[in-house]
Amino acid sequence: MHNHGHPALQHHFDNLTHQRESTTLGMWVFLTTEVMFFGGLFISYIIYRSWFPVAFAEASNDLDIYLGAINTVVLIASSLTMAMAVYYSQVNKRNLLMIFLILTMVLGTTFLVIKGFEYHHKYELHHIPGPNFVYEGPESKHVQLFFSLYFAMTGLHAFHMIIGFGLLLMLLYQAFKGKFDEKYNSPVEIVGLYWHFVDIIWIFLFPLLYLIGRHAHHG
Amino acid sequence: MADHHEEHEHHIVPLKVYFLIFGLLLVFTALTVGAAFVDMGVLNNVVALTIASIKASVVVLYFMHARYGNKVNLVVIGGTIFWLLLLFVLLGGDYATRDMGVFPDRDPISSTVTEPGSKDVKEPATEHAK
Repeated sequence: MHNHGHPALQHHFDNLTHQRESTTLGMWVFLTTEVMFFGGLFISYIIYRSWFPVAFAEASNDLDIYLGAINTVVLIASSLTMAMAVYYSQVNKRNLLMIFLILTMVLGTTFLVIKGFEYHHKYELHHIPGPNFVYEGPESKHVQLFFSLYFAMTGLHAFHMIIGFGLLLMLLYQAFKGKFDEKYNSPVEIVGLYWHFVDIIWIFLFPLLYLIGRHAHHG
Repeated sequence: MADHHEEHEHHIVPLKVYFLIFGLLLVFTALTVGAAFVDMGVLNNVVALTIASIKASVVVLYFMHARYGNKVNLVVIGGTIFWLLLLFVLLGGDYATRDMGVFPDRDPISSTVTEPGSKDVKEPATEHAK
């Protein structure tokens, strides 16, 4: 079946297959830059953690492991609904596509709300780095370093989720307008790639920030 | 990339695969949380990061269709991992060796000058050798 006359086909591509494979490849290259962007923060965290294991373990134990775990499940569930949205765009089920885009947005918002409660709790405890930071004990300075990295990493991650929410909103509008069909659904696919990438960042943030400090103080 | 001029069907991953991967991710999340409560010494880190890597791999391969799509995407993914490892190994190696004997207490923050009169009185560098 020829699709040369498809309204979504840009003139510089031979056909929609060519267009889809090019946009997907472009998205993967963009995600490489994103991985390197987060990579700098991850290696900073790893180096400081190896320098100040006691302070980082103490600070890590201040995080709520259950809220972290719930958010991990919420984000994995949002990845499932995103994957299902991609599926329904490929089989041209517009209503189901829209339902699963909305579900993904609801789960993404749930994640951000839980994160907001965690941030608020840290605010009340004066655990936000800066002049009002308060932490008792000899490790105070390096605990502050932990929280600087914690807020930088989870903050950048949350910022990506907010951008993802905006992209999903855009897809929802385009789906509503009937822009997608079984031949043209690249935007859904590449926003999906972005969304799963953000999920992967959290898959690493969760153990690094919440889990692996749990026993470091024993030795 | 050779078949750009032919139009072939886009591989559609069945929903069953997505549900299976979702279940797998939940099991691994439960495992990693459970493992965090067991004291295994340095193995805690190894287990947590191994499980995270497995979870990330299945997300890339199935949710992100890396297994089914154009092979050139795999080259980009491989390149990403290579550059990330390069960053980690070179930077980590540099920090692990550069300060030997220079900052023996590994306490660069408390070595900065504290303003006089600041309520945060500078204490002697604490030992972090562990």
